[in-house]
Amino acid sequence: MANADCIVIQGSNMAECHPVGYQWVTEAKARGAKVIHVDPRFTRTSAVADRHVPIRAGSDIVLLGALINHVLSNELWFKEYVVAYTNAATIVNEDFRDTEDLDGLFSGYDPETGEYDLESWAYSRREHDASGTEAGSGTTDPDDHEHREDDAHADDYEHGADTSERAAGHQYGSGGPPIEHPEFESDPTLQHPRTVFQILKRHYSRYTPEMVRDACGISVEDFDYLARTITENSGRERTTCFAYAVGWTQHTTGAQFIRAASILQLLLGNMGRPGGGIMALRGHASIQGSTDIPTLFNLLPGYLPMPRVGMDSLEDYLDSVSSRTQKGYWAHADAYTISLLKAWWGDAAQADNDWAYSYLPRLNGAHGTYQTVMSMLDDEVDGYFVFGQNPAVGSAHGRMQRLGMAHLKWLVVRDFSLIETATWWKDGPEIASGELRTEDIETEVFFMPAATHVEKAGTFTQTQRLLQWRHQATTPPGDCQSELHFFYELGRRIRSRLAESTDERDRPLLDLMWDYPTDEHGDPDPEAVLAEINGTHLTGPQAGRPLSSYTEMKPDGSTAGGCWIYSGVYADGINHAANRRPGHEQGPNAPEWGWAWPSNRRILYNRASADPEGRPWSERKKFVWWDEEKQQWTGQDVPDFPVDRAPGSPSDPRAGGAAGLAGDDPFIMQADGKGWLFAPKGMVDGPLPTHYEAQESPVDNPLYTQQQSPARITFPRTDNLSAPSANAAGVGVYPCIFTTYRLTEHHTAGGMSRWLPYLSELQPEMFCEVSPELAAERGLEPYGWATIISPRAAIEAKVLVTERMRTLTVGGRPVHQVGLPYHWGVGGEAFVTGDAANDLLGITLDPNVQIQESKVGSCDIRPGRRPHGAELLALIADYQTRAGLTPETSNERVTDPGTSGAVGGPAAPGTANAAGIPGTPAAPDTPGTETEREG
Amino acid sequence: MARFSFLEWPVIRQLRSSDSLGRGEAVTSQRTREIAPRTATADRVVQSVCPYCAVGCGQRVFVKDGKVVQIEGDPDSPISRGRLCPKGAASEQLVNAPGRQTRLLYRAPRATEWQHLDLDTAIDMIADRFIAARRRGWQDTDEHGRRLRRTMGIAALGGATLDNEENYLIKKLFTAAGAVQIENQARI
Repeated sequence: MANADCIVIQGSNMAECHPVGYQWVTEAKARGAKVIHVDPRFTRTSAVADRHVPIRAGSDIVLLGALINHVLSNELWFKEYVVAYTNAATIVNEDFRDTEDLDGLFSGYDPETGEYDLESWAYSRREHDASGTEAGSGTTDPDDHEHREDDAHADDYEHGADTSERAAGHQYGSGGPPIEHPEFESDPTLQHPRTVFQILKRHYSRYTPEMVRDACGISVEDFDYLARTITENSGRERTTCFAYAVGWTQHTTGAQFIRAASILQLLLGNMGRPGGGIMALRGHASIQGSTDIPTLFNLLPGYLPMPRVGMDSLEDYLDSVSSRTQKGYWAHADAYTISLLKAWWGDAAQADNDWAYSYLPRLNGAHGTYQTVMSMLDDEVDGYFVFGQNPAVGSAHGRMQRLGMAHLKWLVVRDFSLIETATWWKDGPEIASGELRTEDIETEVFFMPAATHVEKAGTFTQTQRLLQWRHQATTPPGDCQSELHFFYELGRRIRSRLAESTDERDRPLLDLMWDYPTDEHGDPDPEAVLAEINGTHLTGPQAGRPLSSYTEMKPDGSTAGGCWIYSGVYADGINHAANRRPGHEQGPNAPEWGWAWPSNRRILYNRASADPEGRPWSERKKFVWWDEEKQQWTGQDVPDFPVDRAPGSPSDPRAGGAAGLAGDDPFIMQADGKGWLFAPKGMVDGPLPTHYEAQESPVDNPLYTQQQSPARITFPRTDNLSAPSANAAGVGVYPCIFTTYRLTEHHTAGGMSRWLPYLSELQPEMFCEVSPELAAERGLEPYGWATIISPRAAIEAKVLVTERMRTLTVGGRPVHQVGLPYHWGVGGEAFVTGDAANDLLGITLDPNVQIQESKVGSCDIRPGRRPHGAELLALIADYQTRAGLTPETSNERVTDPGTSGAVGGPAAPGTANAAGIPGTPAAPDTPGTETEREG
Repeated sequence: MARFSFLEWPVIRQLRSSDSLGRGEAVTSQRTREIAPRTATADRVVQSVCPYCAVGCGQRVFVKDGKVVQIEGDPDSPISRGRLCPKGAASEQLVNAPGRQTRLLYRAPRATEWQHLDLDTAIDMIADRFIAARRRGWQDTDEHGRRLRRTMGIAALGGATLDNEENYLIKKLFTAAGAVQIENQARI
């Protein structure tokens, strides 16, 4: 970021939430870079930015779409970059229909399931023997026997699987689903009406500065400033960087917010270049690591997907991950998977048993944390482990979280202090309200004290993929243990109890590689675990040597490795995560401090920092380039490209994997080597980001009849009611928008801050931020109390009246926003307690990643403290009754045009879906996911 | 304390010494001169990383007699260049906080209070419960007879504040046990 000429921070309050990282924004600004903060609130980030652009929470795609439209309409896109490095020229299937054609829906939507069939979004295939411009439509040329043989399996799978399964995002790793053939129709002039470029132009044509004014509450002048600043600071000589955090992810369209920024950055040529890109500012010390090596239901290490039901053989599984004929490094998923199976099951994993693939459990739907809580309420879950997390305060819909835990047989909480997740059975809000009685709660609770970060050694992966080793300073006191120690010991005891078992289901546990060297306390050596993650040569002349890179992994059982993308962190038996050459002794990339995956590379896709001929785009933005003399890529970073693949090399359509990449295919993890302006696969809610209103929004979608994302995952239940939307009756009962956030002095749900005297003193109590206009309208007194009521809960908070919160004019009406930090919880143990903002939230999820919409919801606010006991429940129920809430409220999948006042797209009523399909209530367990960015 | 001397008046000290602006030694008291920072008296300094957000600031952990006495920013870190935010700067209290629990606690069904339990016993109890819950929630196949080989009786949440090595062992153990409902903050 320090190299950027313009930094747009949107969906993040970086100066307060990542204060030390913000020094690099300050450095950039000191060198003349422009910094723009787009956020509903004026924060300390806004205070040090060149300009703050206030935005209505949840309307980001209108703004980003308008910027895309601005860039396209005014010919401001980086032509050489876009034509060579993106899929702009690729021609899309003739069956594809845009939201402009179907008034808010893409082709392939099934209103019964709420899911898309992605078939019509596919690239148009080039007919092999044809001249190259003739349109194909996703079919295989029957005369091309060789090709058919190559792809037989992928095609069978593609056409054999049922469409509802195919649409579920949680089934894919980060590579998305396979694209089995690298040759597609294209038109480098970008004129063909079905090129991605032309589709993009049409899709965003109504995203105008005036639409931004009406939908986001952003003035035309602010829009012009933003558009001018980013385009003036992009191109050969200059780069613009975007930074986001959970202000983008925690929406029903969160993944599409990020996609919209990716499209803009690709059009401006800002990807893979110094000072460019999109910075995901992650919120926890190793949240990146816990996605890479996932404690997530849908992934195996290294973004390999968990197998799904019906994938009976390893081959079925691998075909779902990638096609061996596709371009790029995902084509070698067989080597990564078999190395993982060897790391876990050792000699029990052999060629003749499919490398123990059958030991892996299978998914048949989404088993995310919110689905699990609902399973708890149904008494389907007996035991729950919670480590370093406080869902009673930190997860959406705190009441449902706590009531779910009250249905468990046993709960293990591992933390430093008695967090609310450990004590809800004695002092939680439901005890106070009388909904639960301690003496009736059957749940056994084990509180296990945990070791702190200085009492154990190991690696965190920070927000830029950098692994840093922590050395152990002291031993844990009393009963405190690291998770490494506890889970190793738990596994050891489980295995010993089952040692005599002949039950086939116990084989994976008994055959598991579970021997680690331990110290005198029985604590396993974390470096031995890191070495296993890195991987080892098992046979051949190098047997026993650590792998130096994932490119050494083999699909023949001769290598083992627990997480392919981390391979190299322990190359030559050296713990590179512990590399600590001081920063001042190194250049700006500091390659000898820690180790970044993959291959200690600091900027991904950095081949794009050079032009198609391999020359830097400019001297000023020089980073990685082709060295003609040495015939290899070189530069200031580890090149993210086959090091000897010359710039002009053609693509070999018969070769898959890295060998299939042409010299100008910089996006080496994409199946076609290009940056995707249009996502033919991988996103389950649309190939192009489209503005939908939030699950709860008092604003009518100004662009389409379709109010909310038709593919969002809803849970229509009486304990998860939503406020009415737009023009529906009762919308005025919850007229304000609330958004949640964190403060510098606290950490998420408070487990690591509300028990610390210093931090508790700095931010002692829960408050809400309101604008002077709202305060005047409702009679809210500064520093007095307010009660905030949503369809799920009512909480109280001290009132902070401030111009930092803006009342915006949206669609000609004033829209009030209420800001709520979410660090406090109700309990008896912390230094500071208070009502939890997350209790107000409902559960509606983004279908790509299963992340809840917690950055925007509907509420009412009134002066005074909230009532207690039965009166509190009566207050919530009174609001629900007045608004006429039912489980169906705001949960229609397809908006009934009768209830929408939208101007609508150019589609005539009656064409295709939009007008014809009645609203259908969603099923409670709609599947969906991938994985991505949190908080 | 030394005998009073006019020469020890701060303003005289200021004029006598090289600290003519009165910002350093000229205005320090005897008591200040006699104390040493905890960072100077520590036996050992260990390099670590801040456990809060994902910037990954370098920390220096100062240890004396086996106890953490101070945590400071690590100036060697090219990421943070020695700086810490209020949370990172308070992380010594994370280790030594008065509210930190170091004993294992157990709450029996319907009990109104915690009781102490021996760590070893607790792990045994959890291992027994893990096996029973795994068995009770076991699913060999789905309704179409397709293989599932999993249990829905056990769930987990956490990991974003844990080490990679810890998450690796957790995912490995749970997957081998067939427990698929494992989630972390990255979803939230």
